[in-house]
Amino acid sequence: MEFPEELKYTEEHEWVMVEEELAVIGISDFAQDALGDVVFVELPEVGTVLEAGKAFGVVESVKAVSDIYAPISGTVEEINEDLIEAPEIINTSPYEDGWMIKIRMDDASEADKLMDAEAYQALIAEES
Amino acid sequence: MKKTPLNQVHRELGARMVDFGGWDMPVQYSGVIDEHQAVREAAGLFDVSHMGEIEVSGSNALAFIQHLTINDASTLIDGQVQYSAMCYPTGGVVDDVTLYRFNASRYLFCVNASNTDKDFAWMEQLLADSAMTDVVLTNRSDEFAQMALQGPKAETILSALTDVALADLVYYHFCEGEVAGVKMIISRTGYTGEDGFELYLPASAAVEIWQQLMTSGAPHGLLPIGLGARDTLRLEKGYALYGHELSQEISPLEAGLAWITKLDKDDFVGKAALVALKAVGVPRRRVGLVMQERGIPREGYPLFVGDREVGVVTSGTMSPTLKIGVALALVEPDVAKAETELEVAVRNRRMVAKVARPPFVK
Repeated sequence: MEFPEELKYTEEHEWVMVEEELAVIGISDFAQDALGDVVFVELPEVGTVLEAGKAFGVVESVKAVSDIYAPISGTVEEINEDLIEAPEIINTSPYEDGWMIKIRMDDASEADKLMDAEAYQALIAEES
Repeated sequence: MKKTPLNQVHRELGARMVDFGGWDMPVQYSGVIDEHQAVREAAGLFDVSHMGEIEVSGSNALAFIQHLTINDASTLIDGQVQYSAMCYPTGGVVDDVTLYRFNASRYLFCVNASNTDKDFAWMEQLLADSAMTDVVLTNRSDEFAQMALQGPKAETILSALTDVALADLVYYHFCEGEVAGVKMIISRTGYTGEDGFELYLPASAAVEIWQQLMTSGAPHGLLPIGLGARDTLRLEKGYALYGHELSQEISPLEAGLAWITKLDKDDFVGKAALVALKAVGVPRRRVGLVMQERGIPREGYPLFVGDREVGVVTSGTMSPTLKIGVALALVEPDVAKAETELEVAVRNRRMVAKVARPPFVK
C-alpha cells in the first residue's frame, strides 16, 4: 500500500494535495482497499461550498455506501467527470486518475492541520 | 464467534473476514466482481459450512415433514431435493430450506446458518405438540462441512476427483459417493443460478477436500468465492434471502414463493392463515427492480409513485454482469406489474427504476 509523502491525509481516509489556493481531494489507498470494488461515485456540482468535516459526496462499493468528507472548507472548482463513467479508477489509481474534486480553499492554512504520510500510516496501523 | 473448519484456509488465502450472523466468514478474496465473474464464466468454490443440517428420521418422518413444511414432500423420490419453507401459524416464515430425501424414513434439511438453533427448537416443539411417534430429530450441523462448487466448469472440476457419474445427476437431485476418497453427499443444487454442486462432507475432511478441489480447478479458472459475490450472484437470479425477502413478518405468498406453497395439501402449519391471505389478496408483492439511472438501490430505501410511498427495497446491489443497479423489493400489488415505473429514494434524490421479473441475468 502506498502513501505519497507530498500528500496530506485525514482520519476519514481522504487525501489532499495542495497547489497554492487549490486543493485536490481523493480517498487513500487504504480506503479504496477497505471498500473493495468501487461501483458508484456521487460528487458535488462545481460551485458547491464545502465545509470542513461535512460530507460532500458518496462512494459505493458493491456492498457498502460510504460518505466522503471535506478535509478543508472551500468552493468546488472542478470535479473528476471520468469517475462517473468509470468509478473503478478509484481502485486502480487512488492518488492520480482517481482524484475526486478540486476546491478553492477558504483558508489554505487549514491544510497544515492535516496529517502527513507518516502520521497517517501510524493511524491506519492502529485501525487495522 | 463461530468458525467453520476452513477458517484458517480463508485467512491463509488473505480473505477479508466478517461477522456473518455470529460466524467468522470470508466476504471476499480477490474482489467481489472478480469472484462473481469467475462463477458466471468458469467456477467458484464457496465455504458454506455455516449452513445448518437437521435430520428427520423414523417411520413417521414424512408425515411430520408434511405438517412442518409448505411444499409437498410426498412428491419426492429417493435422491431428490426440494426447495421448501417452514411457516408460523400466522403465515410468516420460520426459514426457507432445502429438503433431501434419502428414503421413506430418512430426510435431511439444509437450513440457514443463523436460523439453525431457532429452526431446530421449532421442529422439536412442533413434534412434541403433534404427539407423533417414531420421528427422530437430530441437529447434525457440527458434523458437516459444506462446500458449493458452482459455475459452468463445476462438473469438469469435480469429475476429476470422483467416479460418480455426474452427468447422470440431474438438477435438484443428489447421491452419496466418494470425492478424493472421502464419502459425502453430492447434490446438484446451488444458490448462484449456475450449474454446480453442493457437497456435504465430514468436517474433519474439509481442509483436504478444499485443497483437492482448488488444485483440480485451478487450470479451469476456479476461484474461492466469498459472501459478497454469493449475494450478488443470488440477487442477479432473484433468489430470496431469509431476513431480507423472507421473515416472520413476510409470508411466502408475498415473497414470490407461491410456487412452493401447496395450499391444496393436507393441513400444515400456517395453512389456514395463508388460505385466508390468498382469499383477501396479499397486501404487497415481491418484485424485481432495474434502475433506469445510475445509482444503486439498497436495502431499506423507500419506493414511491409520485408522493405515495408504495414499498421498500429488501435487497439491492450493482449487478456485476449488467453493470446497473438491481433490487428485490416489496411493493403494493397495484404497482407490481412488470414495466411499471417507480422512484427509489436514494439518499436525498429520487431515481427511476422499472419493475421487472427476475432473473435479471438469464
